Amino acid sequence: MNLASISLGYLKARRLGTALNVLLLALGVATITLLLLVTSQLESRMRRDAQGIDLVVGAKGSPMQIILSSIYQLDVPTGNIPWREAQELARHRMVKKTIPLALGDNHRGFRIVGTNHDYVTHYGGRLAQGRLWQAPLEAVLGADVAAATGMTLGATFLGAHGLGGGEGEHLHEAHPYRVVGVFARSGSVVDRVVLTDVASVWAVHADQYDIKDVARVAELLPEEGKELTALLVQYASPLAAAMFPRYVNQNSALQAASPAYETARLFTIVGVGVDVLRGFALVLIAAAGLSVFIALFNALAERRYDLAIMRSLGASPGKLMLLMLFEGLLLAALGAALGLALGHALAKMVGLALAQARQVSITGAAWVNEELWIIALALGVGVIAALLPAWRAYRTDVAATLARG
Amino acid sequence: MFRLRNLAHAYNGTEVLHVPLWEADQGAHRLVLGPSGSGKTTLLHILGGILRPSRGSVSVADQDLGALAAGELDRFRGRNIGIVLQRLHLIGSLTVADNLLVAQYFAGVAQDRKRVTEVLAGLDMADKAAAYPHELSFGQAQRVAVARAVVNRPRLLLADEPTSNLDDTRCLQALELLQGQARACGATLVIATHDQRIRQRIAEHYLLEARA
Repeated sequence: MNLASISLGYLKARRLGTALNVLLLALGVATITLLLLVTSQLESRMRRDAQGIDLVVGAKGSPMQIILSSIYQLDVPTGNIPWREAQELARHRMVKKTIPLALGDNHRGFRIVGTNHDYVTHYGGRLAQGRLWQAPLEAVLGADVAAATGMTLGATFLGAHGLGGGEGEHLHEAHPYRVVGVFARSGSVVDRVVLTDVASVWAVHADQYDIKDVARVAELLPEEGKELTALLVQYASPLAAAMFPRYVNQNSALQAASPAYETARLFTIVGVGVDVLRGFALVLIAAAGLSVFIALFNALAERRYDLAIMRSLGASPGKLMLLMLFEGLLLAALGAALGLALGHALAKMVGLALAQARQVSITGAAWVNEELWIIALALGVGVIAALLPAWRAYRTDVAATLARG
Repeated sequence: MFRLRNLAHAYNGTEVLHVPLWEADQGAHRLVLGPSGSGKTTLLHILGGILRPSRGSVSVADQDLGALAAGELDRFRGRNIGIVLQRLHLIGSLTVADNLLVAQYFAGVAQDRKRVTEVLAGLDMADKAAAYPHELSFGQAQRVAVARAVVNRPRLLLADEPTSNLDDTRCLQALELLQGQARACGATLVIATHDQRIRQRIAEHYLLEARA
């Protein structure tokens, strides 16, 4: 026997009340845990995907849309930009490096991204099998794509027009892709795209030019047929941040978008919703604290003889105080443990739902250090809820209580 | 042994108890008699170190209780004094065995399951060790309460009205239970009662008078 087993005995003696209190606390803890897991993974993934890209140039339109479509592969692009103008930007003295992106098709919801090998290098993509594309219509699959479609080296597939999600899409039956490589999982955007050469995208969409030799599409295609969706830009010097976007925006067809700025703006917008949910979760936890307090306070009345008996058996007033505090702590610990488990399970379910939607991958199997704060918060609530009952227990008047019956 | 000297207790300035001198040798069996409201329970609580008297000295097993600090008194009570209350007050959320172990725990002595089993067996309650108090009859619960009071081998065993509401047979059984257990651990036994049936068994007593 010790304080823990005595507390446990009391909790078991009123199972229903205990279960309700634990559940109430667990719901609050689970909500906060879920928010924490999702936002932290979202933030770290988004930061990682945008890392090293100073500017994205796309067609005139919403800068946020450009960032979402070309860096995170989430939104639709604002339009296309002419190849020649992209080339001019790439040669600008303030630009160190550019990566071209050509979007337009998908395979079973996964985007087919036309680019060059720099894109792979930039995201640290490592091949699990095969090699990178060397010719038009050769494709390398992201890890999620390979897992979801079951395709392996040598498999062929058709691109469907559009960026996925649409019903009865038009298939580009004349130009099948062939899988030449599969990427290892990297946790970046590369996991959920099909990468190919920019020329592949041109070839697939060049019907009106009647090009027979697909391998030479880049040479054969007239200038006006060559288009990009966006250009990822790395500056030559930090000074470019002040000058270059203005230079791009002067061109009536182009729009510059800063990943850092737009991502920060996105989190401010999303942050309001997150704050509301977090506030709701804190209300839940406070309600749970109140409920624990009421339970312990009522328990005091039921247990006044037990407490007096414990004193007569030699327990000091401090022991009784610890007993009540321990019970509050035990309830809180159970609630925190259940809540954390629930939060991780929910995060896993959110991850599965997002995977279905070919979106950002979220896992429930991650541990975030802030979860320690959640545990501390829950335990703190338990202790605070037990403070007054504990003080009352401390003040138990043994003789007066026992004399009454 | 115990000795009360010049003992007085008052609630809110009204004296409810006055004992000039009462003492008994170790192992003796004594009664505290008197009508209800005469201060029997108060006297028992003072003897048990639950209540500090307004005036006078109390010593139990050669220890002056007044000389002990609060924490020391708690520990002394847990180890040397066993109390059986009229309304038993077993801890309902703990099993019979745990009710005894908890007495060892709070007294700060080693928790000894063998001793618990032995005490329960001595009271024919070994098969109820895993039962909860609400599953017991009054007689069984009383045995557990006595077992809990003697599990730490106290020097002084106190019982408050142990036989009220019991028929003659059960009254005798309860008395024998207390006397037997007190003898088994060499404890001095003090029973507060107004039950005349006990007087026929234990002659020596301290009589408290009714107060206006």
